[in-house]
Amino acid sequence: MFKPPVLNLTVAAITVRATLGRRRAFLFAVPALILIALTLILRASRPPGAQWPDNVLGDFGFSVLLPFTALIIGTGVLGAEIDDGSVIHLLATPVRRADVIVTKFAVAVGLTALFAAVPELIAGVLAPNSGKLAWALFVGALVGSVVYSAVFVLASVVTTRAIAYGLLYVAIWEGLLSNLVGGVRILSIAHYSLGVANAIYPDQDLRAGLSLSTSLILAIVITAGGLYLATRRLEAFSLTGDPA
Amino acid sequence: MTTIELRNVSRWYGNVVAVNDITMDIGPGVTGLLGPNGAGKSTILHMMAGFLEPSKGTLTVDGAPTWKNPGIYRKLGLVPERDSVYAFLTGEEFVTATAKLHNLPEPERAAKRAIDITEMSPAQDRRISTYSKGMRQRIKVAAALVHDPEILLLDEPFNGMDPRQRMHMMELLSGLGDEGRTILFSSHILEEVERLSGTIQVMVAGRLAASGDFRAIRRLMTSRPHVFHVKTSDDRRLAAALVGRDYTHAVELTSKGLQVRTSDFGAFCAQIAVITRDENIRLTELLPTDESLESVFGYLIAN
Repeated sequence: MFKPPVLNLTVAAITVRATLGRRRAFLFAVPALILIALTLILRASRPPGAQWPDNVLGDFGFSVLLPFTALIIGTGVLGAEIDDGSVIHLLATPVRRADVIVTKFAVAVGLTALFAAVPELIAGVLAPNSGKLAWALFVGALVGSVVYSAVFVLASVVTTRAIAYGLLYVAIWEGLLSNLVGGVRILSIAHYSLGVANAIYPDQDLRAGLSLSTSLILAIVITAGGLYLATRRLEAFSLTGDPA
Repeated sequence: MTTIELRNVSRWYGNVVAVNDITMDIGPGVTGLLGPNGAGKSTILHMMAGFLEPSKGTLTVDGAPTWKNPGIYRKLGLVPERDSVYAFLTGEEFVTATAKLHNLPEPERAAKRAIDITEMSPAQDRRISTYSKGMRQRIKVAAALVHDPEILLLDEPFNGMDPRQRMHMMELLSGLGDEGRTILFSSHILEEVERLSGTIQVMVAGRLAASGDFRAIRRLMTSRPHVFHVKTSDDRRLAAALVGRDYTHAVELTSKGLQVRTSDFGAFCAQIAVITRDENIRLTELLPTDESLESVFGYLIAN
């Protein structure tokens, strides 16, 4: 019988402390600071052309800030423990593996939202004439945080090179191919986020390639599928000793 | 009574066989899993702990498989070899968190009990990152004991410990064994096993080479022929004296000194100094030539 996974507060507390205590914590604050700094500079210099908030918040925010923050956090919440072996202390307990995955995922979503979606909202509010745009981008970024986190948590359970593959996906697939080949957008999390944002605040300059319904359905399918596969993978977690 | 049962268990990685057709039962008390590095001890322990799937055979704890069965951790505790813990937590936080993960009714009390058993209370409020190797090992044992498991598996628990810490850990484990728990630890050092456990399982190259009472196996080990290289002021006279002793198996005169084979390690070592003194021979060199663990284990397999 299917029992829905529940959050494990002990796992969540340890994960938050581990993630924020690591040196990487500075890394994922950097893109957020750049975005806000950039917005402030542009606001002060008032460049010609009214669409710069779209470029900065849409392009930089959704193709740099959001995916890279999500990548570092999402691959770290569980992946760091797997890499250094401390995950064994968590797994040598009767905690359901589905609970572990869902808790790690929830922490990743929360932190990514904090370090990517919230800065996006702050920058949006700071940018001129962008009241509703800011909220649209915030909601879009929240959707992105959810889907990216599921995918990157899965990647960290499947491979020890999750960051490398994640970078390839974000830089090549989303950054390059999805802008050149329309069909690629179907599997681009950044485009789901833009699709959602564009539905709330229709804007040509956001260059959303997918409709709201397509974006949402794919986002849900990928998130649920990612979490399911990650759980299955964690259930079969193996310690490989010295085969020699 | 809790028993770990292995029936024809094998594990291979690609073409490499790490564990080859092992059948054994581990019951209450302290059992040592002895073998040289790379013999497959960790592989066996990982399979017992449910962190590796046997390629063949069955491995059960009280009839239930350990693989993909997290429920087993209610009665099983594992102390992994790797020294990775949540180093940013204090010892007390780490053990309490483990108690909470086990969903114990009173996690703080359970943690205190486990920390007291391992005598870690003086250091419990320090971060684990400041602990010595031996203290980390003990706090890992405390975490593994927090839910009062019937089975405790320890992978090389004495690695990196100083002699005092070693003694303490040995007392702790033998106490737990006397309480009727099933304690299994792995080691590649004979003396550790000798001090601690009545029963041992000796593994060599993925196979079970010997199994049973430690004293019997120890006798087998000590009664094997030992080879010594001896240099003296008068090799020929010493050779003549040694040949007359019943523990001398063979003596060979070489240009670089004497090769002595003895069937009784202890008697030879005790007597050699006496003989040279009585014969008025000056002993300049005495070298055991094949004391590597591999040769000891190799002898065990051959017999």
